[in-house]
Amino acid sequence: MVLVAILALPLFGGAAIAAGRGRRSSAWVAVATNGATLVLGILTAVRVVKDGPISGAWGVLRADALSVFMVIVIGAISLLASWLGIRTMARERELEHGSPVRPSHYGMLVQAFVGFMLLAVLAANVGVLWVAVEATTIVTVFLVGHRRTRGSLEAAWKYIVICSVGIALAFLGTVFVYLAALHAGGHSAHALDWTSLMAHAHRFNPSLMRLAFALIVLGYGTKVGLAPMHSWLPDAHSQAPAPVSALMSGVLLTVAFYAILRFKAVTDLALGPGFARTLLVIVALLSLALAASLLITQRDYKRMLAYHSIEHMGLIALGAAAGIRLAIAAVLLHILGHGLAKSVLFLTSGEIMAAEGTSQIDGVQALLTRRPALGGVFGVGLVALLGLPPFSLFTSELVMVRAEFEVGLGWAAVLAMVAMVVIFIAVVGHARHMLLGPPPPSHVASPPHLAAPPRWVATPLIGGLAACGFIGVFAWPLSGLLEAAARVVAS
Amino acid sequence: MNGSSYSSALTLAAGAVLVCAVAILWLASIRSVIKMVATQGIALGLVAVVLGVHLRDAGLLAAAAVVIAVKGVAIPLLLGRASGGDSGSRESRPLVNVPASLVASAALIVLAFVTGRSVARFVGTTAGALVPIGLATLLIGFFVLVARRRPTFQIVGLLMVDNGIALTAFLCTAGFPFLIELGVSFDVLLGVVVLMVLSQRLRIEFGDIDLDELRELHD
Repeated sequence: MVLVAILALPLFGGAAIAAGRGRRSSAWVAVATNGATLVLGILTAVRVVKDGPISGAWGVLRADALSVFMVIVIGAISLLASWLGIRTMARERELEHGSPVRPSHYGMLVQAFVGFMLLAVLAANVGVLWVAVEATTIVTVFLVGHRRTRGSLEAAWKYIVICSVGIALAFLGTVFVYLAALHAGGHSAHALDWTSLMAHAHRFNPSLMRLAFALIVLGYGTKVGLAPMHSWLPDAHSQAPAPVSALMSGVLLTVAFYAILRFKAVTDLALGPGFARTLLVIVALLSLALAASLLITQRDYKRMLAYHSIEHMGLIALGAAAGIRLAIAAVLLHILGHGLAKSVLFLTSGEIMAAEGTSQIDGVQALLTRRPALGGVFGVGLVALLGLPPFSLFTSELVMVRAEFEVGLGWAAVLAMVAMVVIFIAVVGHARHMLLGPPPPSHVASPPHLAAPPRWVATPLIGGLAACGFIGVFAWPLSGLLEAAARVVAS
Repeated sequence: MNGSSYSSALTLAAGAVLVCAVAILWLASIRSVIKMVATQGIALGLVAVVLGVHLRDAGLLAAAAVVIAVKGVAIPLLLGRASGGDSGSRESRPLVNVPASLVASAALIVLAFVTGRSVARFVGTTAGALVPIGLATLLIGFFVLVARRRPTFQIVGLLMVDNGIALTAFLCTAGFPFLIELGVSFDVLLGVVVLMVLSQRLRIEFGDIDLDELRELHD
């Protein structure tokens, strides 16, 4: 029942926007429903940690600790994104001279997007998971192309073509898993359920599982944005409206990674940990190297954030490669911390872009003196994202490295740290240019009403960072859930 | 249906899927390519029909009906309407010309048979022996995707990839449970609609172009 309610909430928000023709009040309803998703997710988490997994909707939905953890991440970030989305919708309305069509389309698509992500993590069955992940691609295409500029249309085209191919490969992988499950004696109606896969995995044909998992990493890895399947990501994330970038970068990537984590658990039971580990280490190190090399020369701050996502997905993949419980718990904490920090940064970058009229790093200077609120949030967000204390990314990165050394992946952890140092230097260089320095003379006369965002806009941005800092300092509210979630996919 | 007529009907239908894939490489006019991809969708549906009759599986027959309706009729109709206004409705300058494409497709088919052999042996049924045909269709679809530059051709390439995977799924496992099959078909249909709307917007914004002329975004 509660699972159906979680899925119904974003639909309700979308319906409110449709009924209210994208007016501000209806957009606030959507914010409230996303907040309710977060609250419901937390309540369900408490219940699941205490009493074990629950299922609903005739066994189509199932929530164990890992699923509810992802529900919390989705709830938190969709709350932030829909909050700032009100701003985006208001700007759309201005651009369209008060026409409600595009703001309400935008709002409804965002709510559908959130709904499909929730379905993906609550699906009991790998087939439904696939359908939901594919649906997230379809609903986000028009969000990426929403501005209808040449750049955004090009990004949308690349996005749907590359991700459709990727997700098709994931489907082929799923077919092979299903084949292995049927041959291991699974009953066709339930053979694709996670519980059934985990129960029978030790009897799956090893060579078939190798093929299947490789296809799944390739396929879902495309949606995660892991190199070398990443090429759509910087374009899509830089062209989409800021709240959409926040959702895509903050949660959609990790929802796809959730699929890999689940399949990895099945594969490990069938093959032992070696195969999945090798594969994940390769894509992780490739992603880190690629992010490092492209961040150095980056000239666009939204693209900078996009490449930074590729780096973090690489770190998460490396943590998952280590695979022990400690590592998985850290991976999940990293998913939450990265989601919060990255979505705040994308949302802030949207405000900066609206105020400054450019997404070029060169075009923005001395933000801290000219727009202290925006500049401050942007700076603190970058500090969080670069993995400095007190934010939770520091904790999770530290624990991941420790776990990697524990399982003999120390060499990979060292390589990752080298990439991180390069990225640190590159990003600090870009940030220094944007935040500090003397204000250029042309900007001296910038209208004062643009200087500070209103308080209702600043609240979610600061709140998101505060949450990221809070869970970095006090991990205790989460530790039970993280442990339970790690136990789901790590033996 | 007795054993030998089952196996020949299945081989014929699956073979038709692959023949359509090769024919698409050979054709240049968008209209005939759309007809060919419709034929491919129907052949795919017939594979499911033959399997469904043989296994007496009503779910599979229902899935076959969905496949024929979506891939054989609905998507080609939509594609035909969308490309109606496409003034240059030919692939005039493919990245790889037709003779070279056909040679490449032969190589891809060999590759599919080499890699698909182990899966085919594992499945161990008459249907399973045809798995390499599905993989070959998938690979040729990929090839169309990278070697053709008109938006409609890329959509067709994606459909071929999808048909190849669906064929593999039918042959390996006699298809997924029906509800999932329905969800998958619905996703594919929606995906094609989105692609077509997007390709029309591209045409409005950029004029009649090849996709590799999109050069707005780069590092």
